[in-house]
Amino acid sequence: MREIIWQELTQAMQEAVRGFAHLLPRLIVMLIIAFAGWVIAYLLKWILRSILRLAKFDKLSENAGASQLLNRAALPPSTELLSRFVFWVAWLGFILIGVSLLGIGGLQQHIARFFLFLPRLFVAMFTIFFGLLAASFFSRAALLAAVNANLPSPKLLSISIRAMIIIFVVSMVFEELGLAEQTVLLAFGIAFGAVMLGLAIAFGMGGRDLARQFLEKRFVREKKNEKEDEPSPL
Amino acid sequence: MAEESVLTDDFIRQLINVGEVDVLVGLPTDNNAETIGPIIRTIQAGILKTFPRERAVIINADGGSRDGTPELVMGASIDDVRHAYSGQALRTLHSVSTQYAASPSSDTALRTILAAAELLRAKACAVISPESTNIESEWIARLLRPIYYDNFDLVTPIYRRHKFEGLLMRNLVYPMTRALYGKRIREPYASEFAFSGRLGSDFLARDIWGQEGGRVGREMELAISAITGAYRVSQSFLGTKDRVERRPADLVPVMRQTVAVLFSSLDTTFTVWSNNHGSQPVPTVGPEYDVTLEPVRINRKRLKQMFSNGIAELEPVFKSILSASTLSALQQIASLNDEDFRYPAELWAKTVYEFAASYRKSVISRDHIIQALAPLYRGRMFTFLVENRSGSAEDVENNIENLCCEFERLKPYLLELCNGGK
Repeated sequence: MREIIWQELTQAMQEAVRGFAHLLPRLIVMLIIAFAGWVIAYLLKWILRSILRLAKFDKLSENAGASQLLNRAALPPSTELLSRFVFWVAWLGFILIGVSLLGIGGLQQHIARFFLFLPRLFVAMFTIFFGLLAASFFSRAALLAAVNANLPSPKLLSISIRAMIIIFVVSMVFEELGLAEQTVLLAFGIAFGAVMLGLAIAFGMGGRDLARQFLEKRFVREKKNEKEDEPSPL
Repeated sequence: MAEESVLTDDFIRQLINVGEVDVLVGLPTDNNAETIGPIIRTIQAGILKTFPRERAVIINADGGSRDGTPELVMGASIDDVRHAYSGQALRTLHSVSTQYAASPSSDTALRTILAAAELLRAKACAVISPESTNIESEWIARLLRPIYYDNFDLVTPIYRRHKFEGLLMRNLVYPMTRALYGKRIREPYASEFAFSGRLGSDFLARDIWGQEGGRVGREMELAISAITGAYRVSQSFLGTKDRVERRPADLVPVMRQTVAVLFSSLDTTFTVWSNNHGSQPVPTVGPEYDVTLEPVRINRKRLKQMFSNGIAELEPVFKSILSASTLSALQQIASLNDEDFRYPAELWAKTVYEFAASYRKSVISRDHIIQALAPLYRGRMFTFLVENRSGSAEDVENNIENLCCEFERLKPYLLELCNGGK
């Protein structure tokens, strides 16, 4: 009985040692890959940071209004944030490649899914950035046009346009990431529809005079224009 | 050749029938049937009177008129006109019309005229606005003679103006052009001007054409090219400028045609303007200015209100364009009441220079920078109107001269801004 126990224990030990001996080279390879990945990810981060600084990306993101958002969330500047993001994604990618070499059953599928998700993550990030850029551009264009046309509440108009574009962009990002697609679509539809209906009612009920004035100014040439009292620029 | 892409086969055939010419008058039109008849007859009279022995042609570049303007140009009989000058007219006066596009574009119209002038080897060319209802035949002589006989390359007009007309020209375009390029040209952007074949060909050969949709303000670019290149520039007094429609043009489009072109030139002509100091008068035929003083109704209050609104609403935009000190000074004057409000020449010149430097650096969309300047210009306009309310022609001229001196004095500030300071 004793011998049997001893024999089983020895066998189990031997199998464990054999298993570890099989795993050890893979573990070493994984660690090497993880280290090489760290070096490559660090280099990528450094190169990307230099390129973004040369391209004055911080200025661009300031114009897009992204810097203000990051400031409010106590996050680093956009150049730093993007390079750190690339570093972590690249390093995590290398670690997962190393882990996949260990041959642990069931893990392969999750790793493959992670790599398939990466392009969508990048597309979502680009959508967010260019969406913010577009929101900033169009809201500023609306603000300037409203101020120069002497319309009432130019800031409100500008903020509304910015908010609508951001809502639209966020819903696109969620859809791209595949997160709560149905809910976001429904929420967006309701929110957008509500805003449009609200604006239509507000313009129709509250702004009847304004609408009439606007249409008269636009289409009735005989109507006396206020600008007649402004001297000719040329 | 540059003109290959812009001239249609039919137009080229018409030009070949004309042959080489000495004098060319370009008439860019777009639904001008109401006014074109008398204008074309005056041009014909001007040519027959001033250049009876020279080969001449009138080129009508039409932007898709639907009111029969080209037909009116082509059908304009010169018999009456010829009768008046029968003793002198020795040559055939050709009229050629082409439709360069289905929709109007001042860029393509000018390009068509330049290309035709190059193909016909015209020595002197003039462009006349189809809206100048009070054109006189003498205008042709005043514009083309300095080119044809005195070898000038560009002749810009001087008009008799009311003291409160052309304020963008007087408060920004003229002072800044003068400070930058050292030439006192009163109307660097004009709807009537004349140029030599040499300047026209050189300008046509530049790599600026063919941009989608075309650009506005080519006339201003032509003037800047002439000033900054090795060309001889002069001015001619034409008289009163009357437009068909008395209602002033919208401010922002006008600023795109003039101020945006001037700001853009900072890039391309940096070596020229950064080495220029002071300014010199240019040869002028007739008086350098003629100001009328009859009372006009102007809503000053609205100008001040739009300035103050602009300062309040556009603060985040101004923060990316203006220095903190300039913005704070503007906010301070915006809070003053109408009686105390004054936008001083120094602050105005600084504002314009900071806008120009920001435009050059593209701190935000360039078009947004131009739009953001409009409310500030209204504030300056208010001050100009108040300062010259009861001023004589000399007072107005002195006021403009002081502003020009301020622009010239602050030019090193612009240079500093463009070299990276703020």
